[in-house]
Amino acid sequence: MAEYALILVSTVLVNNFVLVKFLGLCPFMGVSRKLETAMGMGLATTFVLTLSAASSYLVDTYILQPLGLGYLRTIAFILVIAVVVQFTETVMHKTSPVLYQVLGIFLPLITTNCAVLGVALLNTQEQHNFVESALYGFGAAVGFSLVLVLFAAVRERVAVADVPEPFQGNAIALITAGLMSMAFMGFAGLVAG
Amino acid sequence: MLAVLSAVLTLTLLSVLFGLLLGWAAVRFRVEGDPIVDQIDALLPQTQCGQCGFAGCRPYAEAIASGEAEINRCPPGGETTMIALADLLGRDPVPLEDQEAAAKPKAVAHIIETECIGCTLCIQACPVDAIVGAAKQMHTVIEDECTGCELCVPPCPVECIVMQPIKETPETWRWPYPEPGIWQKEVRHA
Repeated sequence: MAEYALILVSTVLVNNFVLVKFLGLCPFMGVSRKLETAMGMGLATTFVLTLSAASSYLVDTYILQPLGLGYLRTIAFILVIAVVVQFTETVMHKTSPVLYQVLGIFLPLITTNCAVLGVALLNTQEQHNFVESALYGFGAAVGFSLVLVLFAAVRERVAVADVPEPFQGNAIALITAGLMSMAFMGFAGLVAG
Repeated sequence: MLAVLSAVLTLTLLSVLFGLLLGWAAVRFRVEGDPIVDQIDALLPQTQCGQCGFAGCRPYAEAIASGEAEINRCPPGGETTMIALADLLGRDPVPLEDQEAAAKPKAVAHIIETECIGCTLCIQACPVDAIVGAAKQMHTVIEDECTGCELCVPPCPVECIVMQPIKETPETWRWPYPEPGIWQKEVRHA
């Protein structure tokens, strides 16, 4: 049990995918203008990431490894992720039209979110079992959502602040992200190993 | 040779499997039309008055859903409808498009009863059935039902329908809105 808690804390805070591993920066910059969209994107990513981490593990363990096809891992995972995202989109379109309208273009963007592929590949690299894989994906997504929501809240404040002209727009956003990243590096000593 | 064959076969099988799954999902979770259009349409007042510039409430709902039209073009619905739409779509509320319409006090139709000839033309034009009367009988407007859409004004052959502003009573009075832009201006010049 302690092991699972460790995975969660480690992925959410210590090895945060966005601010420490620098994966998934594209949606981090693109979808953080409004708090509501950031929350929607965080929810969608959480769902997709957990599901894709679990299904990638299944595909890897029961199909690729028995056949000795480890070298097909990347392309097989991309396939799995694309299917999971498309599936989520179809289901969401039916069950929650408003969320579908809000996420719009960003949902297909999860396909190319490198954090999703990164989680799947890191799972095989660290030889996690099924539960650990799903938890690793879930933790990574929670960390991603947390940082996205925090950053969106900061950006909404920055938007009305008196920013010097050369720093306006994306420049100040990147500086803010850098400062947040430094803050998250402070978690590094929280968990040994 | 065997390795290549098994790799190709595995990927093909995987793709076919996933394809079938997505195909099933597309049938199982098929969306009839665009549900968001229905939800928008349900919020609009259904007066079909055309003051938004579209042929009716449904076309306007479709235009909002596709992002072609702003949510502030429905005078009969007024501010209530605009705010309900903003909530539904997660957009920011915007002031009603027609500044004059927004500034103009809300008005209802009034029939000058001494001039009315009882032609029933205005009854047919009214989208909300707010006019009562019969052929060759005097007509009158039910003020509570009237949305002020002005559709009954042009058909009247004797021009006996006028728009009368609603008197401000303690029940209808509201606080004025704060002036926009003051805070931002201060920030700019700080």
